[in-house]
This record gives sequence, structure tokens and C-alpha cells, in this order.
Amino acid sequence: MKKHKIHPVFWLVAVCGLFFMVFGVWREEIVILYQKAIYICMECIGIG
Amino acid sequence: MANFLKKTIFKIRLAIQIAFTALSNGYVMGFLKGKIYQGPGKKLCLPGLNCYSCPGALGSCPIGSLQAVLGSPKFQMSFYVVGFFLFTGAILGRVVCGFLCPFGLVQDLLYKIPFFAKRKNMPGHKGLVWIKYVVLALMVVILPMFAVNAYGISDPWFCKYLCPSGTLFGGIPLIATNDGLQQALGGLFIWKMSVLLVLLVWSLWVYRPFCKYLCPLGAIYGWFNPIALSRFQMDKEACIDCKKCKAACPMDIPVYAKPNSAECIKCGKCLQACPTDCIEVALWAKKKDESRDSAES
Ligand code: SF4
Ligand code: SF4
Repeated sequence: MKKHKIHPVFWLVAVCGLFFMVFGVWREEIVILYQKAIYICMECIGIG
Repeated sequence: MANFLKKTIFKIRLAIQIAFTALSNGYVMGFLKGKIYQGPGKKLCLPGLNCYSCPGALGSCPIGSLQAVLGSPKFQMSFYVVGFFLFTGAILGRVVCGFLCPFGLVQDLLYKIPFFAKRKNMPGHKGLVWIKYVVLALMVVILPMFAVNAYGISDPWFCKYLCPSGTLFGGIPLIATNDGLQQALGGLFIWKMSVLLVLLVWSLWVYRPFCKYLCPLGAIYGWFNPIALSRFQMDKEACIDCKKCKAACPMDIPVYAKPNSAECIKCGKCLQACPTDCIEVALWAKKKDESRDSAES
């Protein structure tokens, strides 16, 4: 049996990941993420 | 290349863990002023469990980001964060856990302290490892998606009630330097500090208990181990069945049978322990092995 240095499914998953990220940026998910990340997250630090 | 990597992987790993944690949390003014970084880097996710409310954090926590998007009234799915997991997982798998996660580093350092008699696992380990998938499904996905208030917004359940990284890297430095936050402390902070203390003391005794049993990010990256660029392959013909790989593995994996177990954090201890060099990083595998069968799981 032939061994692959790179698993064939790797390319599928990596390319899907890139497309998903671009699509997420296009539909502006990043605005929500950025708004959450630039103000202190009260839940994260245990204040509520 | 493979031999060099095998011999030096421990020193390289610790150096990368420290350097990556310091660099990705390198906003020093945040620690001095009790504030957090607000620059464009926060639009990007960091690979590990790195709280975005750590005063030094230059990027965002992917688990926090996923909950933020799922918990918003606008979206029911985060393509951006899921895409980040697919891409990062495909390249690195749980190399993230072994090399790039600040809370993984903390647990590694605690386990080195000669304080308790050490043990690898808790009794019932094989069942307990499934808890992290329940944490992922319930606290990161289901509750943020469905337990919403009248405005369609939900709490980030994992961040709020469980995440020790937020308390350690976000809560403690911010509260120590910010009077306003000190006035607001209450029962939730006592709960989160208790969770953190239990995990820190547990880490003195058991190797990486949070990673093994509770971390939703480790659960996600583990799925990619069998296909990632970092995957291992076994040369079954060279294996003499000595089981030294399992004895050396801090995650207690029978590497000879499951070289790409979802529990593997790619620390490299099995590579060094194997007397016949039959465990290899597939990407760097020697040509002579190419005709032999893979024991890919
Ligand atoms: S399992 Fe979680 S806490 Fe542990 S190293 Fe991986 S991402 Fe970090
Ligand atoms: S299987 Fe090898 S690389 Fe993976 S955790 Fe165990 S010793 Fe480390």
C-alpha cells in the first residue's frame, strides 16, 4: 500500500476552511467578533 | 531533518511555548494600565485557549469568538470560526495544544513542580476524556445558540462558568490593576477562582487534566490529528511491541495502535522513546519506509 506524506483529505479540509473563513468575513461575522474582543468580557473575567 | 527534530523536540517545544505565549500576549501597556488591546489584530483568532480579555492579548480566543457569534441575534452559525478550525486543524491538529496554547504551557510547568506524587491519569480516564465533547456541545454550541434572552442574545456559557484561561490571564491581571472592576466582584468571581484553583492544584498532580478532560478546543483539534500535516505514521514491521511509546506518553496513548489518537498533543515523547524509530512524522518520513504499510488509524 502506498503511503502518503500528506493525507489526501488534508487538502479538502484546508481549502474548505479557507472558503468558510472568506465567507464568514464577507457576511461580516467579524464585526460581532471584533466588538466582543475589544471590550473587556465581563463573563470571561468572572464579573458577569 | 527527522532525526534532528527527534533529538531536540523537548527544548524546541518549551522554547516555542514560551515565545508564542509571550508574543501573542505582548501588549505590555495593557498589563500596566489595566486595559485591553483594541487594535485590528483582535479580528483574527489565535490558535490556543487565549482569552481576548487578557490585557496583553493581540488576537482573539477562537472558543470565545465562536460563542460570541453563535450567541448574537444575527447569526446561527460562524463560518469564520469554523473555517479557522478547519484550516488550523488541517495544518496543525493538536500541535496547537503541545506548542501554542498558553494554558497548556501553564499546566506543563505546574506538572514539572516536584510537589505531589505524579500520575498520568485519573481513575476512569477512558470515560472521563468524553467530558470535553459534552462541554463543547453543551457550553460552546447548544446553550449559546438556544438559551437566548428576549433580545436574542445569550451568555458565553463556557467563558462565564468554566474557562480557567479567562480567569488566569484576563480576570486576575485586570482586577489587580483596575479599581472599578474590584468594586464589581461577586459570587461569579468566587466560582471562577475556585474552578481555576482546583485546576491548578490538579495540574500539580495529574498531567494536563484540563486538556484531557475538559477543554473544548482540544476536543475540536483532536478530530484533525489523523489527517493533519503533523500526523504520525507507524512502521509496523519495525515495531518490536516493547510499548515504550505508551510508557513515555504523558497522554497515555498506545501509540503503536493509535498513532493519531485524538488525545495526542504532539509532544514528541513517543518519537524519542521508540528504540527502533518506527514512529515518524509522515511529512518527514524517510523514503525507505514508503513501501511499508501504514498503521494509520
Ligand atoms: S486542550 Fe485546550 S487548554 Fe489544553 S493545550 Fe489544547 S487548547 Fe490549550
Ligand atoms: S502519542 Fe507521542 S506525541 Fe502524542 S502525546 Fe503521546 S508521547 Fe506525545
